[in-house]
Amino acid sequence: MLSRVADNLYWMSRYLERAENTVRQLDVTMSLMLDTSDTSAEKRWQRMVASLGNPVGMEWNGDLDAMASKLIFDSLSPASVTFCVNGARENAGQVREEISSEQWQRLNRLFHQMHAPLAQVQVRTSINDLLASVVDGIHLFQGVSDTTMIHGQGWQFIRLGRYLERAYATATLLEVYQPDLFQVHEREDSGYQYLELVGLLRCCTSFEAYCQVYTADLSPGRILEFLLLNRGFPHAIRYAVDAIRRAVESIQRSGGRRTPDELTAVIGRLNAMLGYTTMGEILAGDTASFLHTIREQCMRIHELIYRYYVQYSIQSALAV
Amino acid sequence: MELETLFGDYPLDQAFDEMRERNGEVRPQYRALAETLARLPKEELQRRKQSADLSFLTQGITFTVYGRDEGTERIFPYDLLPRLVTAEEWDRIERGLTQRITALNHFLHDVYFDAKILNDRVVPRELVYSCKHYRRQMRGLQVPRNVYIAVVGSDLLRLNTGEFVVLEDNLRVPSGVSYMLTNRRVMKRTFPKLFHSYGVRPIEHYPQLLLATLRSLAPEGRPEPNIVLLTPGVFNSAYFEHTYLARQMGIDLVEGRDLVTHDNIVYMRTTDGLKRVDVIYRRVDDDFSDPLIFLSDSSLGCAGLFNAYHAGNVTVTNAFGTGLADDKAVYAYVPRIIRYYLDEEPILANVETYLLTDEKERRHVLANLDKLVVKAVGESGGYGMLIGPHSTARQREEFARQIEANPRNYIAQPTLDFSRAPCLIGNHLEPRHVDLRPYVLFGDKVNIVPGGLTRVALEKGSLVVNSSQGGGSKDTWVLEQ
Repeated sequence: MLSRVADNLYWMSRYLERAENTVRQLDVTMSLMLDTSDTSAEKRWQRMVASLGNPVGMEWNGDLDAMASKLIFDSLSPASVTFCVNGARENAGQVREEISSEQWQRLNRLFHQMHAPLAQVQVRTSINDLLASVVDGIHLFQGVSDTTMIHGQGWQFIRLGRYLERAYATATLLEVYQPDLFQVHEREDSGYQYLELVGLLRCCTSFEAYCQVYTADLSPGRILEFLLLNRGFPHAIRYAVDAIRRAVESIQRSGGRRTPDELTAVIGRLNAMLGYTTMGEILAGDTASFLHTIREQCMRIHELIYRYYVQYSIQSALAV
Repeated sequence: MELETLFGDYPLDQAFDEMRERNGEVRPQYRALAETLARLPKEELQRRKQSADLSFLTQGITFTVYGRDEGTERIFPYDLLPRLVTAEEWDRIERGLTQRITALNHFLHDVYFDAKILNDRVVPRELVYSCKHYRRQMRGLQVPRNVYIAVVGSDLLRLNTGEFVVLEDNLRVPSGVSYMLTNRRVMKRTFPKLFHSYGVRPIEHYPQLLLATLRSLAPEGRPEPNIVLLTPGVFNSAYFEHTYLARQMGIDLVEGRDLVTHDNIVYMRTTDGLKRVDVIYRRVDDDFSDPLIFLSDSSLGCAGLFNAYHAGNVTVTNAFGTGLADDKAVYAYVPRIIRYYLDEEPILANVETYLLTDEKERRHVLANLDKLVVKAVGESGGYGMLIGPHSTARQREEFARQIEANPRNYIAQPTLDFSRAPCLIGNHLEPRHVDLRPYVLFGDKVNIVPGGLTRVALEKGSLVVNSSQGGGSKDTWVLEQ
């Protein structure tokens, strides 16, 4: 397929995944602020902003409604949900002939929903409904993508975008949260610690899945283990990296070209790192740097995908 | 609803009415349609109209309104009632257009090779060489199968005699065929039984015919040609059509930035590396196609495309320089062009046209600007036009000045009282001016799908049917018999 089309599909998908992540984190952060724990609203907000990659202009100013509104609607800020939805639609609009009408209609509906006057009002009256409906819209889009598109190269680039964004975002989230996780709470039996841990799991829509594996017995080590190393849960980093590997392999199979060794190596190494490490080893070592390595490798994969599939030099392509 | 109420205040005058005779009788082919409409409660008629509009909107068949905030997308207004063309009428149109396009193709080949028609003084040399769409680069360049104009959309009008005439030939990048196809799809859902009972000839195979046409023009020795559609990109007002046709044909939709040339071969950048391109169905004007040959600051085309074309390694269609033959001043010579190459009388007549380079004709036109229509020769889309009877004294002065300054740039035609067809306006039928743009394909042979886009001037009394200026469209039914 055309490199430009692959690029558009990849970013359409990344933007939607990013929008969903931002919405979930905002939702969880706001609901944690409802409880009178010893963590201040400011600290929570800053932690959330850090886990979104510290976008500029999102510093806490004391007015939660205004801040939330900004994070959702400020279309000039690359961190906002609207910016991401606009970006996804813009990318989709450039490849109308590649995506199905159903996909386009779903995305269009989400776009119009974000731009409707009602949405601005909802921030103050029923922000939970607003956030839930955005997530719904994205899930519907992913559903029709899976059922109305040929599972060929284009679809694989959509998967690639989604899981690369997810692996990167989850690693960032864990990196930001992990110092707090192991902090010993003064009022440990008071339930606040429990709320914090549930919050982290809900940031990755993984509370229920976690309970199925470990029961509601929440411990920081197990949560990390679940979000990092679980091989069956789509929001776990290991699952996402494996999905990246499968997407790249499939792209390679459907095209005539051999996957560049370097790309195979980087993905394989990251996959192995997650597959052949125990949680004990990670915790015994430098957890933060482990998470940081994951992020770096994700960035490297992105660069290599660009170098081999999208922005390769004409000269090297002619030499093949 | 009674037929009387349906027609309401429906004026009939000297213009040809598609549906009614001058005495008010409904023409035979329109009777079944009129009866169906009269039987429907008006709420039902409105419901069908809304459902048709909604169907256009959700399919994303919209065009962007420029100069507004983001997301201002409008549907191209669609009139619910079909325009009917009888088998006999269509037969004449089909033969006439085939003849015309064949002759124009001969003309292009002649002008770019031996220029016999100019040497024989049938068409003035000066007229051809002063045309801004004449491309010197095309001289002596052999185009595949000698086909210059593979995709054409000619505009026809019906005069008050009932006769169809050609208003203009669009030989560069004619658009609108996606509306013809989507109108039909919506129509089949809106009036399924009526459609069935009429015995309408199908048009749905147009994309397949277009693909076959493009394939037939592939360079020699490329049995499995890679065919692409070249679009200026998402900001072009016809972008919907480009995506629609690419999807219907199953070919890649490329932009200039997707293409590279190397050793006079055009490639597109794919995820599997560079892939050779054999045929380009181009929806980008000559000027923007290759910055090395045409406008150097254009980024819509592909540098080196023309040389690859010249080397015969890629087919670009329509060919470059075809705008020469749809220049509105050259248009006046088309009947002579047909006689010259084919030794036949034109089947479809031209509209009477005054050439302003001729001293006598210019004086006549300048004295009668309030009765005539003046058009710039190289423009399309209803731009650069003065409609005498609807103009102000100031506009006429302005045009007179421009004509004096550059007479070659303008032509004049009488203000035509062309035919009107009934449209659903509110709950009634009212007549509105219509034209007809059939789509002609020219590969191994000339192929015209029976039908075309009927454009409607939806403003009461308006003579301008262009979508950019308040026009709408109708489905066009060519009847089996």
